[in-house]
Amino acid sequence: MNTIKSTTRPMPSRLSRAKDSVSDFFLMLYRVYAFVLRFFKEVLMPPYDLKEIVRQCYETGVRSFTLITLTGFIVGVIFTKQSRPSLTGFGATSWLPSLVSIAIMKALAPLVTALIAAGKVGSSIGAELGSMRVTEQIDAMEVSGTKPFKFLVCTRVIATTITIPLLSTYVAFIALLGGYLNVSANEGTTYTTFMEQAFDPLTFVDFWASLSKAIVFGFTIGIVGCYQGFNADKGTEGVGKAANGAVVTAMFLVFIEEVLIVQIAGWFR
Amino acid sequence: MQKQKAKIDTSNEVVKIRGLEKSFGDYDVLRGIDLDLYQGENLVVLGRSGTGKSVLIKLISGLLRPDAGSIEVLGNDVAAISQRELEALRIRIGFSFQNSALYDSMTVRKNLEFPLVRNRKGITKAEIDKNVESVLDAVGLSQTINQMPSELSGGQRKRIGIARTLILNPEIMMYDEPTAGLDPITCIEINDLINEVQKNYNTSSIIITHDLTCAKQTGDRVAMLLDGQFQRVGTFEEVFKTDDVRVKPFYDYNFTE
Repeated sequence: MNTIKSTTRPMPSRLSRAKDSVSDFFLMLYRVYAFVLRFFKEVLMPPYDLKEIVRQCYETGVRSFTLITLTGFIVGVIFTKQSRPSLTGFGATSWLPSLVSIAIMKALAPLVTALIAAGKVGSSIGAELGSMRVTEQIDAMEVSGTKPFKFLVCTRVIATTITIPLLSTYVAFIALLGGYLNVSANEGTTYTTFMEQAFDPLTFVDFWASLSKAIVFGFTIGIVGCYQGFNADKGTEGVGKAANGAVVTAMFLVFIEEVLIVQIAGWFR
Repeated sequence: MQKQKAKIDTSNEVVKIRGLEKSFGDYDVLRGIDLDLYQGENLVVLGRSGTGKSVLIKLISGLLRPDAGSIEVLGNDVAAISQRELEALRIRIGFSFQNSALYDSMTVRKNLEFPLVRNRKGITKAEIDKNVESVLDAVGLSQTINQMPSELSGGQRKRIGIARTLILNPEIMMYDEPTAGLDPITCIEINDLINEVQKNYNTSSIIITHDLTCAKQTGDRVAMLLDGQFQRVGTFEEVFKTDDVRVKPFYDYNFTE
């Protein structure tokens, strides 16, 4: 009988492991940077795959519609309901429409949309491209000279960058509708009065900041999902990791971008 | 079906490999290999699993980069040419993947149209349809045109994978384990198809396999990859006329009771 020789290597020290982690992190940052750069380089070059962009818009936008509608409406109702007691204490329930609209338009709509899209769209992009990588479909595109990056990545990133701002705008109105129904049921406020009070405190900068945020979030969710999927390791485990990585990284980046854009918008006020 | 004698032009090397080396981490897969593929020839590359057979054809098609050595394909040094030149070269090389790698979100028709639409600017709908029908006819699967890849059997998937590469009229075909996981009858059909492709499309092919029946039925020449190098190259009979303990078990397993 053959004996099995031990092939274990000496355990790396904590210092060398820390060095490896740091170098891995910077290597990943460089790869992400190169991936984003490649997107901007290739997105402007033909072919433009308009059909595929429309299909991806349908996949990312229309297929998220029900979930987005339900979540937006519930956010509007719950936020209005939870805010009421605080304002009642000051006898300021008439400010409820303004408070709700400021919160929804400035923060909640783009953020809620982005978080839902990161979970639904980001993971789906990560898993789909990851599975295509694992089953050599991306290699098959590569060897037939069909530019898989252009067809798979550019189209998906363009689609999320277009659909997420649209969904965010839709969520804002649905959430306001939820808020209105709650205010109307409790305070008897009319639709016209509610809308007047809701839009009164908002400025042009608020709308632009909200829209810009949604555009940046859309781009982030698309590019992160594609990066994770396109670079998935071989094997089914890689597909799971790609889907998971797409959600976690996109959510993390969305929060960082939220803070940054709020700061930048503040300078323009 | 008995393989007919192919018209091989030994003065014209469509693939010329010299001193090719490739490692993954500490593991040296290819250790300075030399290989020529002649115009019109079917070259079978045999070897144990993990010896670098698939790595070799991925290096030839530019999916991997070599550590050292040169790979000349149709007169182009694959490692030295630009990305654009590599994309143009790849259109002249057909690659049939081990698991077929059909695009599972597209029907058979869309799978076949995809490389054509993206590589032939200005092609008309009628020309696309004609090409799709022609290659489907060549692999004998015209009836599957509107089916999804998930609805096809393993053998059908292989055939459609080959049809997808044929649609661009490649000069070189590379088959990665064309008969892996198929029943014996389907294996014979795939072997016949490989020979038909060689004859009808005038291709030069590299066939990666460890199926000796496939090697015998399709190969004009056989190259045995052992320990990162081609240790034996010649006709099927020449390669296996040896007592080398690394080679004999291949033959014995397949052909000795």
